[in-house]
This record gives sequence, C-alpha cells and structure tokens, in this order.
Amino acid sequence: PPPVSKQIKARIRSRGHHHLSEQPTMSDIESAILSALSSGPDATIPDSFAFATTSSLDHNSIVGTCKSLEADAYVSVAERSTQFYVLGKEAESIVQNGSQEILVLNALIAAGEDGLSMPELQSAVGKDVCKIGMGNCLKNKWAKKDKASGKLIAVATEGIKDDVKEQLIALKSAPEGENTKVIDDKAAAALKRRKLISLITRKSYTISRGQEYAPQRVKKAADLTKEMLESGKWKDTTFKEYNFQTLGNSVGGGYLHPLMKVRAEFRKILMEMGFEEMPTNKWVESSFWNFDSLFQPQSHPARDAHDTFFIKEPAATISVPEEYYERVKTMHEKGGSGSIGYRTEFKREEAMKNLLRTHTTAVSSQMLYKLANQPGGFKPAKYYSIDRVFRNESMDATHLCEFHQVEGLVADYNLSLGDLIGTIETFFRGIGITQLRFKPAFNPYTEPSMEVFGYHPDLKKWTEIGNSGMFRPEMLAPMGLPKDVRVIAWGLSLERPTMIKYRIDNIRNLFGHKVDMGMTKNAPICRFETAEEEEEEKV
Amino acid sequence: MPTVGVSRDALFAHLGRTYTDEEFDELAFEFGVELDEVTSEKLEATKSDTVKLSKAQLAELSDEVIYKIDVPANRYDLLCIEGISRSLKVFLGDMDAPTFNIVEASDEKVANMTVIKSNTDTIRPYVVCAILRDVTFDEERYQSFIELQDQLHRNLCRNRTLVAVGTHDLDEVKGPFTYDARSPKDIQFVPLTHTDEGREFDGASLMEHYETEVACKHLKPFVPIIKNSPLYPVVLDSEGTVLSLPPIINGSKSRITLNTKNVFIECTATDLTKANIVLDTVVAMFSEYAAVPFSVEPVTVNYVNDANDVVNSYVTPQMYTRKETASVKLVNSLIGIDVDPEPMAMLCNKIQLGPARIIPGTDEEGPLLEVTVPPTRSDILHAVDIAEDIGIAYGYNNIVKTAPQTCTVGKEQPLNHLGDLLREEIGRAGYVEVLTHGLCSRHDNFTALKRPVTAAVSLSNPANVEYEVVRTTLLPGLLKCLQHNKSMSFTGGFKLFEISDVVLPDDKHVVTETIVGAKNARRVCATYSGPTSGFEIVHGLVDRIMTLCEVAPQDDYVASSGNAYVKVHCKEGWYYTIRELKTGTSDVSGTYFPGRAAEILLTSPKSGGKEPVVIGTFGILHPEVLGNFDILYPTSAVELNLDPLL
Repeated sequence: PPPVSKQIKARIRSRGHHHLSEQPTMSDIESAILSALSSGPDATIPDSFAFATTSSLDHNSIVGTCKSLEADAYVSVAERSTQFYVLGKEAESIVQNGSQEILVLNALIAAGEDGLSMPELQSAVGKDVCKIGMGNCLKNKWAKKDKASGKLIAVATEGIKDDVKEQLIALKSAPEGENTKVIDDKAAAALKRRKLISLITRKSYTISRGQEYAPQRVKKAADLTKEMLESGKWKDTTFKEYNFQTLGNSVGGGYLHPLMKVRAEFRKILMEMGFEEMPTNKWVESSFWNFDSLFQPQSHPARDAHDTFFIKEPAATISVPEEYYERVKTMHEKGGSGSIGYRTEFKREEAMKNLLRTHTTAVSSQMLYKLANQPGGFKPAKYYSIDRVFRNESMDATHLCEFHQVEGLVADYNLSLGDLIGTIETFFRGIGITQLRFKPAFNPYTEPSMEVFGYHPDLKKWTEIGNSGMFRPEMLAPMGLPKDVRVIAWGLSLERPTMIKYRIDNIRNLFGHKVDMGMTKNAPICRFETAEEEEEEKV
Repeated sequence: MPTVGVSRDALFAHLGRTYTDEEFDELAFEFGVELDEVTSEKLEATKSDTVKLSKAQLAELSDEVIYKIDVPANRYDLLCIEGISRSLKVFLGDMDAPTFNIVEASDEKVANMTVIKSNTDTIRPYVVCAILRDVTFDEERYQSFIELQDQLHRNLCRNRTLVAVGTHDLDEVKGPFTYDARSPKDIQFVPLTHTDEGREFDGASLMEHYETEVACKHLKPFVPIIKNSPLYPVVLDSEGTVLSLPPIINGSKSRITLNTKNVFIECTATDLTKANIVLDTVVAMFSEYAAVPFSVEPVTVNYVNDANDVVNSYVTPQMYTRKETASVKLVNSLIGIDVDPEPMAMLCNKIQLGPARIIPGTDEEGPLLEVTVPPTRSDILHAVDIAEDIGIAYGYNNIVKTAPQTCTVGKEQPLNHLGDLLREEIGRAGYVEVLTHGLCSRHDNFTALKRPVTAAVSLSNPANVEYEVVRTTLLPGLLKCLQHNKSMSFTGGFKLFEISDVVLPDDKHVVTETIVGAKNARRVCATYSGPTSGFEIVHGLVDRIMTLCEVAPQDDYVASSGNAYVKVHCKEGWYYTIRELKTGTSDVSGTYFPGRAAEILLTSPKSGGKEPVVIGTFGILHPEVLGNFDILYPTSAVELNLDPLL
C-alpha cells in the first residue's frame, strides 16, 4: 500500500509506539493478549508484566500492542504499579556465605581466648568482610578489643543467629513483586541503609476486555486509497475513526504582505469614488516642487535638516519650468491674487535643493500644474495616490523614516469645505469609520485646514485619522488654474490603519526586513465592515 | 506642532471660568487647539524613562495640574498662557479683542538704537526694539515671559538662527543703545549664566566655556551660529555695557527681576519680517501687564554707515493693525455655509478679527466684509485666511456636508496595475511578499553583493548608516529578510519576492519639465533558498513572468526543451531569451556564483524590434554574498525591470 502520510497518521487514533523486535511480531502479541481474554466477559490479565514473563514476551511490546488495541476498544487497560525489593551483589554473597559479622565472629570463636590481631583477622576472612564484620561485631557486643594486646576476642559464642542472611533469603524466596511484606519495615530500612536491597517501582497494566473485544483483530484502514477504488475493497473495509480536533495541513503557496492588502482595499475605495491614480514613482524631488510650489515658506521648520532628508548626490535640481518658477517666486516675495505673500527673499539655491519627498503632495502639485496647462485648458479632476514618503524623524514604535502616504484631491470650480467634509466621510465610511469630527488645524499650504478625528470601531475611541484642507490660492494661482477653481485634499498614512487592522503594535513588525514571515502568512484578508452592515446589525 | 504647558488653575483664573477636562477638551477642539495631555510635574517625572528620581525627590515635585496644549505652528500668539486665555475669552465672547496703543516715548534720547551697518551686515544685520513701561511682574508672569521667549526661539526663530530676543531691565542700563558687531576679544562682559556667577568673559572664551561646560549644554547648540565669524554681534548701552551677545546670551547687568518695572526688548535677526513678528508677539502678550494695558513705547532704529550717516531708519514695534476684506459671497462659498453679512461681521469678534463691518463691493463680488487684523495675526495673508476663521467661529462641525458634483472616472497607473497583477501571480507561485526599506547602507547595496561601488542617490543627513543611500537594487532587502527569518522551514524551499522601486542617478530624465538628476525604476526581485540552490526554480519564475506578460521565448532558447515547452499566444514582436552572464562582464555579475548566472534579454517593438535589451539577471548567489548576509542555505535570485514589460 502507498505510504500513509505523516498527517494522516497523526489524525488516526493510534497512539501506540512499537519496539522494533524481530520476533514475535505485533500480531503474535495481539493474538496472545486477545486469547488470554477469551475465557469470558470478565477475563482479565491482572498484570501485564507477569503475563509477559509467563508467555516469554517483551513487556514493552505488550504495552505498545495494548495501547493499539485500546485505541480500537478491543481492550481496556488500567495502570497499576508494583513495588518490591531487589537484592544487590553484596546481598547475594551474604545469602551464599552468611553476613560479614557472622563470618568475623566465627573466625574469632575459632581463634579462642587469645583472639586475633587485625592482620590475622584480615587474612582469615578477607579485607572487605573484616572491615564491615568487625564493626558490626563490636556494635552488637559480640566481640571486644583487648586493651593490652589490641587483639579482638569473641564475647558471644552461643545462640547467635545470622538475622541478615535470613532476612535476605526470605526476600529472595518470596514470589517476585510480593516481597515487601515478608520482613518488617525496621529491618528493611536497616538493609536499605547497608545498601543491600533497594525498592523498585514497576509500571504495568491490568488488561480486560474492551467494548469492541473480539478474539481476532480486524485491522481498520487509515485512508481511502486508489487501490481500494480499483479493487472495490473499500466496500468491506473498516475505517479508523478520525480525530477532528486537530489542525489541517498548512496550505503552502505564497502570501501577500498585509500592508499591500490594505493598500489594495484603499485603492478600490478611491477608484469606486472616481479617483484617478497619480504617477508617484518619483522619490527624489526638488525643494521647489516639494515645498515652494505649495507656498510653503523657505524658512519653514519642516525644511530643516532634522525633518527632511536632503540629497548629497545629486544635490541640486538641474532644471524646473522657469516661467512657473518666476510666478512662484513672485508669490512668495510679493504676493498677488489677493495675497500679501511672505515678503521675504526667495532663494533659488533653496528651491533647487534636492530631497527625498516628504509627502506625495509634491506630485499633486505637478498634476495640478499639468491640469492647468494641458491642451484645452483645465478640466475638473479627482486624483489619488498611495506611495512612499520619507521623513527624517526620530524612529519609535509608530514612526519609521519612510512610510506610505494615502492622498486624495478634487479640483473643481467653487468647491467648499462642506464638499471636503462630504468627500472625507465617503472615504472613511469605506473603511468602516462612520463617526467623524473636524478640528481646525494649520498646514502651510492649505487654508482652511482640518484634522480629521474618527471614532475607531476597533480601538473603541476617538483618534486622529487624517489631515485635510483646501489648497491655498497662493499655490493654485501661479499654476495658472482659473480663479474659481478650488482644490480640496486629504491625506493619511497607510501604516496606521494597517497596524490597527492587524493588531500590530510596532511598525518594525510591519515594514522592513525584520518582519516575521509567520505574521505575513497568517494575516487575514483585508475587509472593512461597511456602514450598511453595521446598520443592519443595529436593526 | 508646538506644545505649550500651562497650569490648569492659572488658566481657569485667566478665563474666569472652570471646566472639567472633557469640557475643556471640547472647547479646545472647537477653537482649533488640542488638549494633548493632562499631567503634573510629579506625574511627568514618574513616567519619565530617562530620569529616575528618588521618592524624596518625587515628593518635592508639584501635584499642580498642567494642561499640555498643542497649538498650530503659525499661531505665535498662542505660545503662552496670556495668549491662549485671551484668544479663548474672545472666542467665548467674554472680552473684546484688545486694541494696542503705541504711545509717545517718555524719553526720546533713551528710545534710540544705532546700528553700525557695515559690521552687523557681516553676521546678523537687523534689530528691532520696544519699551514696556510700568510692568508688574510676579513669579507666574515672569516664568511665562521667559517661556514665551523660549517657545519663539524654538519655533519661529528656528533655534535663534533667524531671530533672537533679548529682554532687559531698562533702569539698569543707559540709553541710547548701539547694535554693533565686534571682534570677540573686544567684547568683555559678565554673562547671565548660572555657572561662575559674576565672572567676566570675552566673546571667544565665552564660546569655549559654553561648548565645554556641562551646565551650559542648553546654550551649546547656538554657539555655531556665530562662533566662526570674525565679528560677534553685540548690543551695548551708551556707557559701553553689554546688554546682550546675540543670539547666545544676555549680560548680567540688565537682567530682569521680579522688581523690574521698565522693560527694554531687542530682537536681532537675519530676517527682518520675522524679527517684527517676534517683537510684536512679545509686546502683544506682555503689554497686558503695563500700567496702561496694551500700551507700548516705540524705539527709533537708525542704521549708520562708516561715515556715521544715517542710511536707513525705522520705528518699532510696528504693532500694525490692518484692515483686510473678504467678500461675503466668497466666505460662504468657500466654507459651504450661508451666513448673512451682518451675522458674519459678528462672528469676526469671536476670532479676534473684530471690529468688522460690511462695505459695498462690486456687483460681481457683492458686499465685502472688512475685518481688523491685529498685529498678532501675521498668519492672515489672504481672504481665505479670514474665511477659515469665520468657519472656525461658525463651527466646523456645524457645516453641512455635501458631495462634490465633479464627475470623473476612476483609473489606475498602468505600471502599478501591471505590478499588482504580477504580485498576485507570484504570490500564487508560492512566493511570500516582503516590504523592505528604500534606504540602505552603501555597504549592503554594493559591497556585500560583491559589486563595485557605483553612483547612487546619497543622503546628506542620513539618520544612521542604514539610511545612507537610496537602494539601486531590491536584492539586499530580500537577503536581510532571509537573515531575520532563519527560524522558517527551508527544507521544502523558502521563496520571497518584492515588487517595488529603486532609484538610479539620471541627469536626462524629465518629469513635469523638471530634471532632478534621478529616476525611479520598478523592479521585480525574488529569491529561493533551500537545501539545493534552486537555479531552475527562479529560472522558472522568469519564464512564468514572461508567459504572463505575453512575451514569447525565442525559438533557439526553447529548442532543447522538448515537450516541456507548450507554445501559447503572445504579443507580436515581443520575444525574450536568456544567455550566460559571464563573471566580470557587468557590475552585477560578481553577485552570482561563476557559471551559474544568466541575463534576460527582451526584444520588443519598444526596443526597435531588433536589438534586444538586458532587463534583468538571475542565478545562484555567490557563497561570499550569502556569508555577508549570514544566510545558511544555497540561494538563487532574480531581479528584473518591470518598466520595459509595460
């Protein structure tokens, strides 16, 4: 038959472990056990060990077979333990020759009144016997030491019994496993102290019939095989019971990253809302597009080296659209289109400094510039992007130097803050956040600006979930957008909602090479409960 | 966003009202600041990870409740308790916005600052000044006065590089004043520092002292602003007493105490506009404590040339109150509300833009709202700034939400679309997707891959060595993933992939009429690691990607494949083949085991249909590369450009 897979084996209720012994085979042992129980419903094997001894079988094999039979309910087994004494090597010698103290006493009696000196005694009984026997003789007051000669002389000469020998013989001659009661506890303790005997505990089993007992075992099949289908043997095959309380096999295959799963869902929501993706595959930007075109003043703190990664090589932007550059410069220095401007000097070298973009808004501004200058002029548009941005921030559990920014913007005539609120609500409803509050805020390039706070259903609290605003006229006018065109925009990071969704508390466990692939493998699909579902639940 | 810590009880005393934390949080939210944290000195110290205090030290700290309030970065008038409480009182309608008065100088001679232009031009060209008369300080006001200056220095003044504020007890010095720049050795004074009380320094030795003395480490960051200049800026009185050595430290003689009555304020700067904003802010906040509240005395600043002729002159503080207009129609349309002109003018009072009135405009724009912009609101640049404040006064959360009528069709970028489709397919092929950093060390990007160090976009201020360059290859990221996932099972092969960008120097690439000198390239990178090298496995992925992209193998490439190759329909004119990548023939060949590397060549209508272009390489990684990334199993890798397959 084809090999049964490891997992199938695990699923089958067969916990027996089998020793490799050439003979007898497992089925021989099976038969021996089952026939020993054949005399009647109450037949038992009282002790598997005794059974092994009498039937000359290996006890471990019997135990293994019993477990296998038990799994199929042919037998039921009850664990029992047996305690008994075994005699050590020295004890066996005492059984043969008598105890050391008797041997010493006999030697002294034989020497008569003069007794024996130590060397004489040693040569009479041997060194080992002499040492132990002499001590015990003195302790029992069977002998004494003559102070003048230093010789040992027997004191007791009659009626001395060799108790130790007799106790040992009693232990040895009792049936195996039943010798704990043949001598009293005090005597046993004394023998143990002399390391003559030791107490052994043996585990064995009482075997009786199980519910499915039969004198011959019918082996159950582990799995349905191709051969069974071909031969039709499946019809009269008995199959083993399954254990349904065990996991299935790992499916193998590949896995997508959880952040990318959330990204896919966000993209879907934005495209359903009619947003068109911006080409954001451009990490290196000029300060001009990243800051100046957004009307972010050149002395703004965000343009400090401790917030932005500037580029050593290539350090400076080679070219920008010059006419537009001049309009931006004028707006910063002198204002225009109803603005008083920043009234500070606009430096070309500052605008040309290359950097890693700090936001995808660097691309948004280019899209708006193109929108204003495309053939046929401005047409209303909705744009979005989800891509990497870089900040020279101090890193902690929720901040890395790079993260993904989600950004959406709408450019159309006479848009209002109410439109922005409405758009943001539609977006966040898509990811299951329905309760929103808007806080006045400050962004250098939007006015009005709002921070978006949402009641997060997973966190069960209000939390800041994004930033938003209407691009400043000082940003839009130099691009050449018509006067009444307004642009509403909002943004958030992709990492934070992903961390909340997948219950990840350190961003390093989400983004970067230290991510545990086990996390990626076990990440569920990204589904956000929609508002409709929630409302249904309430009904 | 600056955070201002204020005592809750002091704040409520200023407001004349009390709130629960929740109520104050709500008020702050509506107004546009955020109650970030409710704490106390003791609580802060208990929570601090860096400083561990003993029980006895903790017991000495105050339990007084402190509100940490986040304020918008452009609202310098909210950087102290006076400003926050005043704005909230106005917002609540409990007071009218103050009117500031520039009164006549009580002593014309004193109220004068002469600037030695040729000297100060070399280091810190501008100065603006003001005098506050009959101010009453107490401990709380004094602390707030100092903290406001610190906040301004940190934020608007960009750590004193743009502007530095010096405040002095006017009665301890003798006007008129001089602003000059002198050789460090010629500047002798006793500085206002707590170390070596009373010790006189010259400019040069003082810089050294601040650089080395641990107790002065809070001043150390400012030393480089002037240290290497031949001339140091200095403010002096008529007797030559040093008032300050901007932007580092004031002199000890003119120090402000709780008994100070008359305050001389000087702001030296490299940016005159910001200097005026800083001065106006300090005056607006602390003139409240003058004998006549909100009044200030001006100082005339004269710039003289080497011949002592006055070449430029102005009077500060400006405390410039402007009238600005916004059309009612614009405000309503921008915010999405419908408020009549008169109620809109009333709303202006809540946000310190009052008094406001309605004036007629053109037929097109309709009635105009004319508002009064106080000197503290330097952030008001345009009518939209007025509209925003009216939106705040109206309440953002009272605005009716609407849906833009903009009708557009959703669309995605073709390159992202292709990438996402391939990600799904490569995932199906048993590869685990990883997401690695765009920044890495030069060593990992080149040397560890056994590649020569060639051009890459490099950072001038990397956070650490791990963020030295923008990667030019995805491979190190994947190899580091392997390194950190040693516990995964490799026995059946462990497969990783990523589709993302690398950045390559390129001084021809144009985007939006702009050449920055670099361009992104979209790459597919995949690795196989297992008991055997798996060359044929990544090779199979190359063939799979080509099949998915409808690119046919060249006939000679599959000639020996026999039945294993099944012809499928492909795009016309698109072919690929592979050929051995010989060691030493390219910058990337060193990464691979010799004789076990290949190039992928693509012929497409884009490439002219004739000359094939190399779009990627694959092969068994060199054991030394594996060693560099501490990878224990043989590994094969493929990296190819996605852009040519678009």
